[in-house]
Amino acid sequence: MNGEHDIGGRHGFGRIEHTPDDPTFHERWEARVFAIALSSGGSRGGVNLDAARHRGERLDPVAYFRNGYYGRWLAALELGLQENGFLAPGELDAWLMGGAGPADKATSARAPAARRGGPMPNLSFTREVDHAPAFALGQAVLTRNHQPAGHTRLPAYARSRRGVIRRIHPAMVFPDTNAHGLGENPQYVYSVEFDGAELWGDAAEQGTCLMLDLFESYLEPGPPEELP
Amino acid sequence: MSEIHEHGTPEIALRVEALESLLQEKGLLDPAAVDAVIRYFEQDIGPLKGARLVARAWLDPAFKARLLEDPAGAGGVVGVTVLEHLVVVENTPETHNVVVCSLCSCYPWSVLGLPPSWYKSPAYRARVVREPRAVLAEIGLSLPEDMRVRVWDSSSEVRYMVLPMRPAGTEHLGEDALAALVTRDSMIGVAVPRLA
Repeated sequence: MNGEHDIGGRHGFGRIEHTPDDPTFHERWEARVFAIALSSGGSRGGVNLDAARHRGERLDPVAYFRNGYYGRWLAALELGLQENGFLAPGELDAWLMGGAGPADKATSARAPAARRGGPMPNLSFTREVDHAPAFALGQAVLTRNHQPAGHTRLPAYARSRRGVIRRIHPAMVFPDTNAHGLGENPQYVYSVEFDGAELWGDAAEQGTCLMLDLFESYLEPGPPEELP
Repeated sequence: MSEIHEHGTPEIALRVEALESLLQEKGLLDPAAVDAVIRYFEQDIGPLKGARLVARAWLDPAFKARLLEDPAGAGGVVGVTVLEHLVVVENTPETHNVVVCSLCSCYPWSVLGLPPSWYKSPAYRARVVREPRAVLAEIGLSLPEDMRVRVWDSSSEVRYMVLPMRPAGTEHLGEDALAALVTRDSMIGVAVPRLA
């Protein structure tokens, strides 16, 4: 998706406000919204991290930046609760304005009281597949000019670029379909190395390269004779 | 872009409070579970876990080999639970590694805790993929010109942690003292451990 979130390589963001000792949360609301999202999620049957990421990406450009990282968590949480039928559109605003009661008291009957298991979500997206990887270590590849309207994990700056396979990860859940309820479609993930100049042209810094984890269907065999 | 409030407007705190009340009233949320999640991320995990892995790797070549090959298994040896598909990348005199997630803010929570604000900032995500040397210098790490810089944009389910080089002059130090030299920044790759 060509959204505001895809900002790798963009200009105009200024200096990095680096602080060596940064607290886990700066404000209590950040802690609350993060923990509410992990505790309820608004969905049943496990966390769909891809769908959650895509909710954050669908914010309008101003909203995306307005309240920072945890502001995006809040917006994505509200959207998820709405999409899963736990929160009616406008319900939270009505509650804020006048303390009107929940529009749908019946939700409690079908609500997961709290997520089961530990405080960390299950972050295992590795899956067994019954075929071999399509690409080999050291192989030259070309990224597709892949720009779907939905969720994807190929950043814009790395479309139609030549790289080399440096590591083959196990097959993992494919975000492009999983985010949209179209199945896990697990596929191999590759660490692909790109030379700085391949990505940034004349502006590249000397002696830099970039590694990206790319799903198999983002890649095509590359023309080795054109590689440096 | 410093005019952007990275920590939100005052009204957002009220909104979160209202959402929490509403979800509680609906029976969707257990406040004790929320408190437990906060406690876990503020107190139970953090960069000390990663620092433990680094210090042991500096002292024990066999452990280091295992950490690079199988981080979850190596973590088990020193009592560090690795929950992500973690990859540990080693700094050498030839190559310096730095980690980012340009599309969101992927980070190895279980070994480094939640990421610092600057890691999640639009400025870091936008710039370090394009001009890592300039960004590192701005943050305080000037690398030799002949040292290669490798940026890991962890834009999927794979999470990265940098294994920094052991500083010279630390031969007499034990594991705890070594771990104390390993900062979160050095495991992201925007700093290197230094003898205080």
